Formats: sequence, C-alpha cells, structure tokens
Amino acid sequence: MYAAIRGQWGPAAVVAVVGLFLLVFLVLPVVNVIYVAFQDPNTGALTLINFVDFFRTSLFRESSINSLYVAAMAVVVSSCFALPLAYFTTRFNFKGAILIQTLGIIPLIMPPFVGAVAMLLLLGENGSINLLLDEWFGFTVPFMEGLNGVILVESIHYFPFILINLSAALNNIDRSMEESAQNLGASGLRLFRRIVFPLAMPGYVAGASLVFLKVFDDIGTPLLLNVNNMLAPQAYLRISSIGIADPMGYVISVILVIFSLLALWTSFLALRGKDYATLQKGGGGLMKRDLRPWEKAACYGVVIFILLLVLSPHFGLMLLSFGTIWSFSVLPDGYTTAHYLQVVSSSFQFVSNTLLYAGLAAAIDVCFGTAIAYVVWRTKLIGRQWLDYIAMGAVAIPGVVLGIGYLRTFYEFNVPIIDKPLASWWVIIVVALAIRRMPYALRACTAALQQISVMLEEAAENLGATKARTVRRVVIPLMAGGIVAGFVTSFATAAVELSTTIMLVSQESDAPLAFGIYEFMQSAAGRGPGAALGIVAVVIVGITTYVSHRFIQRKATQRAPAVTVVPGV
Amino acid sequence: MTIVRNVSGILVAALALAVAAVPFSAGAVENKLVIVTSYPPDTTNTVKAAFEKKNPGVKVEMLRKKTTAGIKYLQETAGNNRSDMFWASAPDAFEVLKGDGLLQKYEVKVKGIPQKVGAFPINDPEGYYKGFAASGYGFMWNTRYLKAKKLPVPKTWADLAKPVYHGHVGMSAPSRSGTTHLTVETLLQGMGWAEGWATWKAIAGNFKTVTERSFGVPDGVNSGQFGIGIVIDFFGLSSEASGFPVKFLYPQVTTLVPANIAIVKSAPHPKAAAAFIEFLLSADGQEVLLDPKIRRLPVNPATYAKAPAGFPNPFKDKSIGAAVKFDLELSKNRYNVINSLFDVMVTYRLDDLRAATKAIQNAEATMVGKANAGARKLIDEAKALVAAVPIEAAQAGQADFNNIFKKKRKKATTKVTGRQAEIEQAWDAKVKANYAKAKNLAEKAASMM
Repeated sequence: MYAAIRGQWGPAAVVAVVGLFLLVFLVLPVVNVIYVAFQDPNTGALTLINFVDFFRTSLFRESSINSLYVAAMAVVVSSCFALPLAYFTTRFNFKGAILIQTLGIIPLIMPPFVGAVAMLLLLGENGSINLLLDEWFGFTVPFMEGLNGVILVESIHYFPFILINLSAALNNIDRSMEESAQNLGASGLRLFRRIVFPLAMPGYVAGASLVFLKVFDDIGTPLLLNVNNMLAPQAYLRISSIGIADPMGYVISVILVIFSLLALWTSFLALRGKDYATLQKGGGGLMKRDLRPWEKAACYGVVIFILLLVLSPHFGLMLLSFGTIWSFSVLPDGYTTAHYLQVVSSSFQFVSNTLLYAGLAAAIDVCFGTAIAYVVWRTKLIGRQWLDYIAMGAVAIPGVVLGIGYLRTFYEFNVPIIDKPLASWWVIIVVALAIRRMPYALRACTAALQQISVMLEEAAENLGATKARTVRRVVIPLMAGGIVAGFVTSFATAAVELSTTIMLVSQESDAPLAFGIYEFMQSAAGRGPGAALGIVAVVIVGITTYVSHRFIQRKATQRAPAVTVVPGV
Repeated sequence: MTIVRNVSGILVAALALAVAAVPFSAGAVENKLVIVTSYPPDTTNTVKAAFEKKNPGVKVEMLRKKTTAGIKYLQETAGNNRSDMFWASAPDAFEVLKGDGLLQKYEVKVKGIPQKVGAFPINDPEGYYKGFAASGYGFMWNTRYLKAKKLPVPKTWADLAKPVYHGHVGMSAPSRSGTTHLTVETLLQGMGWAEGWATWKAIAGNFKTVTERSFGVPDGVNSGQFGIGIVIDFFGLSSEASGFPVKFLYPQVTTLVPANIAIVKSAPHPKAAAAFIEFLLSADGQEVLLDPKIRRLPVNPATYAKAPAGFPNPFKDKSIGAAVKFDLELSKNRYNVINSLFDVMVTYRLDDLRAATKAIQNAEATMVGKANAGARKLIDEAKALVAAVPIEAAQAGQADFNNIFKKKRKKATTKVTGRQAEIEQAWDAKVKANYAKAKNLAEKAASMM
C-alpha cells in the first residue's frame, strides 16, 4: 500500500484498489438484494412507489422518530460515561489508567444472546437489582423498559466508541498548546472548555457519530428489549420473516443508509472550516498533573461508579457462566465450573478461528481506513469523498442483508485451486467482517489524520523525502494512536459479530466463537456453556486491547524525550 | 492482461480437477453427509453419535442455522448445492422448500410408523418430507415466578386472558417462528375465525412481550422475565429436564404436528441421506429422542414403552391433540395473511393493545358486585372493538388476496392488485383507532361506577 502512494499515480491506484474492493464486496452484493426496494411488488417494474408507501405508513413514521430520538439521546448519555473516563485517564497521573481504558472497551464486546440474558437477569424487571429493590423498599426501576431502556443499554454498549476515539485525540494534543494557554492565565474548566476539548473535537465527533450511526442502525438491543417500533428492527423483522418477502424491509434498509449518510454529512459540517491540526508533535500528549488527595478520591469515585454501571452486564455474564440454575432469584442457586469444562474441548477451534477472522478483518480495516482517510484529506482526486461515504454506508446495512447478498453473488463462483464456492470459503467471513467493521476503523483513522498538520508532511518533502517515505515515516507514526484505536474497535466488535457470520458459516470447523455461543443458546441446557464461551470471547478481546494500549504507551514514551530537544517547536 | 490469463488458466485447471474428482460410489453409502438443521447441538450431537455408530464410515456434518436462515441458505445455494438434508421442526418451512422445488421425494422402508399423530398426517402426503417426531403446543410457567407473584397455574387458553395474568405472558410472533404460527392457526381453526382472534387478542392484551425468536420464550420463562410462555412442548420439557424451575402443560385445544426431515434436491450424498432417515425412524433412532436434553415425542408408538413415567403419549392419551382437526390446506392458503395480521394487530401495536386491555380489565374490576347496564354496554362495546379483525375469514383464504403477500408470483399471469404495505397501513389505522376508542369507552364505563 505504501509503495503505491507515489507521485500523482499513487493515490489514484489506492483509490482504484479500495474502490474495487468496496464495489465487489459491498455495493454489488447489497444492490443484488435491495434492488427489490425499487421494484413494483406486482409488476417488477422500476418504481418509487415503495418509498411513497414508507412515508404513508404511520408505523414507519413513528419508527423514524423513535430511532432518531433514541440515537440522539444515546449520544448524550454515552458522552456522560465517556468524557470523565477519557479525561481523567489522559489528563492526570492516575494509577490504573491503562486498566481503566481496557475495562472501558469491554462493554463493546457483548456476546450475542448470552449478553442479553445476563443483562435481563441483572437489570430486567425481575432481575437481581429489582428483586432486591422490591424486597427492601417495595419499588422497582424500569431500567430496561421501552425507549428509555433502549437508550440506557445502547449507551452502556456503545460509549466505548467515544472513549477510544476521544482518548486517542486527547493523547494527540501537544502539551505546548496547553502550556501556552496556561501562560496566558487559563486553567481548570476554562482550559478544558476552550483549549483541550476543542482540540480533541475530531476524536469526539468521530466517536459520537459512530455512536449515533450504530444506535440508529442497531438491531440487537431493541429486539432484546422487544421494542420493535424503531426503523432498524422493522427492517430486520420484515426481511427475516418466514414466508413473507415484503419489499418494505429493503426500503427501510435504503432509508437507513440515507439517514446514516446524512448524519455523517452533518458531522462533516460540524468540523468543516476549522483546523484541528497542531504542528507540534513532540510532547507526547497532554501534560499530566498530580491530583490532590480529595480530588483523587472524587475522581476514583466517579470512575468506579461508571465502570460498575457499564460493566454490570459482564458481571452478570460471569455469574451466568459459573452459576448452576439462575431463575427469578438475586443470585444463581449454586456455582460450578462444569460449563467451562464442557466448552474447553470445543473452544480451542472457536478461539483460533475468531482470532484469525477478527484479526485479519481489523488489519484490512485499518489499512483501508488509513488509505481512505489519506486520499480524502490529502489529495484532490475527484469523487474521493464517495469512498468515505460508501465505506461508511456499511454501518447501515443489516448483517442479514450482507449475508444474503454474499450467498447470492458469490455462491456460484468457485474459487480456483480449492474448488469451493467463494461464499462457503472461510475467507469470505473475513471479508464480510472487514466490510461490516470498516466504518469504525475509518472514523478513527480520519480523526487521527485531521489532527496532523499538513505542514509536517510538506516539511518532510522539502527535505527531500518521497511521498511514500513521508507517509511511512511521518504520517503513519503520528496516526498510530488513531490506527490502534481503529484496530481495537474493529477487532473487538468483529470478534462477537453474528448476523452475517451465521449466513456464511458453511462447516463447523470454520465457525467463530459467536457462532458457538449461538449454537449453545438454542437449548435450555446450553445457557451456562454459552455464557462460558461468552466470557472466553470477552477475555480474549480484553487481552488484545490491553496489549494494544501498552503498545501505544510504549510508543508515547519513546516519543516523549523529543520534548527536551525541541520544546514546543 | 497476464493476470487475467493466469486466472483463467487456473480456472481451467481447477475445472479439470473438479471433473476428475467426481466420486463414483454406486451401491455403497457415501462417506459424508451434510445436514442443514435448526436443532441445537444437544440434539444433533446425540443423534449424530448414534447414527455414526450404526453406519461406520459415514461422517455427518451438521450445519446449524435457524430455520429462516436455513431456508434462505438452501434457496441461495441451490445453483451449486452442497447440502444433503434439511432437518427442522416447522412443517411450513418444508412447505416453502417444497414449493420452491428444492426437495426430493423419498420412500421410507422402516415399518411401524402410523399414518397420523393426533389429527395430523405424519408424513407429507406427496412424499417430500417425513415426520420423525411429534410436537404439541401449550404453555410453560416458572414455578418461582407464579409463587412470588401469587398467580394460579393456568389450565386453558381462556385462563391466559384473565386479568390476573396481565403483563405475565410471553409468546413469539407467527411471522418469526413456524411453531408459533401453528399455535395461532390451531386456535383459529379450533374456535373459528372471530372467536379465535378474540381469544388471541384477549391473551395478547396480557402479553409482557412478543419475542423475536421462538427460543426467546423459554429463555424468558427460564430466567423469570415473564411467568408464562406459550411454547412448543420440547422447549418446556427440556427446560424442566435441565433443572429450571418450570413446568409444561398441553391445554385442551392443541394440535400435534410432526417435526420433519427431508432430502435436498440433487443432494451430493443421497444414499447416506437415505440411511439417515431410515435410522431416525428405526427403533434405535426413535429411542434417542427420549434423551433428557432432547425430549421429543417419538412417532413410533412402540418407543413409548421405554419412556420415563409421566412422559406424554399421544398415541394412548387421546386428549392430546385430538380436539382440533387441523386443516393443512387452509393453513397453507392463508399463511402469510395470518402472519401479517398478527404483526399488525399484536406485535407492532402491543402497547396500544395492552393499554386498552388494562382499561377494560380495570372497568370490569370496578363492576364486580354492581349492576350498571350502561357501563356493561360500554365495556362490551370496548371488547368488541379490541376483538375486531379488519378482514373476514373468507377474504383471508382467498388466493388472489394472498398473492399480495408473496413476492414470487407463481405465474406471470397471476393477477395481483394492491401492495402489502398499502393494506397493512389501512389495517393499522383501523386497529389503532379501535384500540384507542376501546380504551376510552372502558375508562368511561369505569367512571360511571
């Protein structure tokens, strides 16, 4: 990839490769499925009548409003979770900052089905918390009822998008900016409001727009809470109903894509006309200061409260995996390690498949994410924005649509040498995961690039470096934080993806962890083992995240000494 | 260009290899079998182990997909089929595949399987799919939940409509789960169109939730999210066998329906597939179904001799599944309309339906022991509004009308007027207005007391 970025032709070649990939593996399969949205259901002729029907149907109008409301509120609530965690851990000398950052990612990894059961057992109407509240005080709190329940659960689930991207952005701010502000007399909240937060804006907007898009297009949580008067669940329910092949499901998919692109465009507008790039790249992130004891206590209090809240589903999952029978009671009836013993034999293959698929997919995502971000922000190629839009459009495509599209498009194409349909080769699962998770990596990479001043590259080129060398030695290292953030989000979420995988797994030996969990969760006796597999998934992703954070930190400390050589440039 | 030539070279080579590799296995059973199934590992692994023991040399590969995904998978992969069998519960899933010409006929050799279980023929009359187990529908409940909330154990469908159960019942939607569809259809056929829907809506008014997948119901009851779930028998029986504090009961109006298996058209391993069907229906295969993790009703009456005490036996206990003579043709003809009606009236308008039901229940509670003809009339009116169905039974069964709900028209000449979305919007407007009005009337009645 790097070698390809050379002179004028380099970026064009990158655009061609990325564009072709997106065309073959995203646009074609999806168009292959959703063209029915533009067909008259009776005659098969091209028409927009289905879209007229959409706006005429009161259920869909209500669903649109509900979806917008939930997505917007989820951004607000998840910001409340993410801001303190990101700020405290990047700004102060804080013991356990890496641990907090790692734990803060865990909520993103909600294994299918078991995560939902665990959450209901803990927070549901007859979950542990409410059973205790009822016993002690005689009232219950509807944590998981209706739209507000969806907002709470979505916020718990997706706030890490903001946390990761905001932390990466905060770490990217040079301390000389802050020093200048302090020299001019700013401190405390004013410093944060006027200097630190505005400079971290690209990261925040990247995270917030992902939360908005993801919540807007999410199927799992509303269905778990049995809220179906929202757009994405409506699309899913109509597409996957037995017998009925209602074009409205595909119409809603098209509408979701349009809404998502509009939201994305709005976030572009929010950042347009402002320059977030800072020239100084020597300081290795914000200055960290020590906290006074009472401040420390207060910060830890807030952090622990947030972590307890957002990790409660995983706490429930842990109990579920060790519990014998857990039914309408505060805690399981007894504890056992039998579930882990039961999955240990089968889990090795699931784990290695998951690591392989999610790892490859995330690697593809950050490569393409970096490439797209570079082409969009650093070149003047015509139509470059469309790469970004198309890649982001993937966030709005229901997994089942992509899965059907792949089967329809690639099943009759046999891969040479191995002589198997492309759609039943394990590589297609990697491609599907890469496509589905690319938006996460792309937003992270874009945010990272926006914080780098183009002058640094110009300086390198003036000193005689080629474009390729500049990208390799200047741009990529400076983007490292954002790239790792993108890798982590793509990897963590790909590791528990199910809706496309379930359509594409064609033999047991190819199945990833999420599929194993799904299999267990089809029978009453499988709940414990399913939860045990879920914990295995969480632990693996947790370790990967922790290692990535250590990696960023090592890089940062490597860079830090530079500050003594060129203080504040 | 060289790349293109290289690729085509490889393609030709691969093609030659593929042709050379076509197995010649006339006579002998093939060494592989690929089964697309919706069953959990507890079921498939147990049956697979037993089958492979009987047929050494055949390696069975289970491809687990939920029923809807399985149908889509077979439809999409038909051009290059690699699957041998489809193995799932709902007969209607097999009807869909049969309709698409994706199944292959097979004549069973094993003897001793009766023609019918309950009132339902065990095998597809046209010979495309075979029943290997029977399933009935009923309800399961969480004993701890009922005790804590001081609820009595329900015995009949009508019980579930009682005010005590408000917010305590869960079910899946017929459009989501083939088994749920059969439950809905059974009651409609057993009680008649108007009364059947009235009963469903009265029960649905007490719903806590409509789950997105059929296993969501036993899951919810097992964890105590709601107390009572309307489920297929083995969900209840296997949950109980797994140690959850739950029980299962067949109500009077139920139907027994076979769970099925079929050979996929142009299956790569037809002989192994045939051997699998024969095994499943043999005495050994039938006995495997009694395993506590599986708990399905065998279709061979002789197998019940080995069942644990208290295990339901539809061939002896004629009260199970005999009350309704299930009309498969009628069910097939109005299949999609029933799905759509249920979703419009219940699934997507559950909040409105619940509010109206609650208002009626409150009004009736205030009426107890008092006579007020005016209020009674209002309540009856409210009830009629809730029960109202936008279309009559005759229209629901009409072929022309049903075609609106199918994407694939059988013939180009099939005339279709109207679109599903258009019709659903009209129904929805009517239903929503009815629920709102019913709520008003009931509240008015309550205020008259």
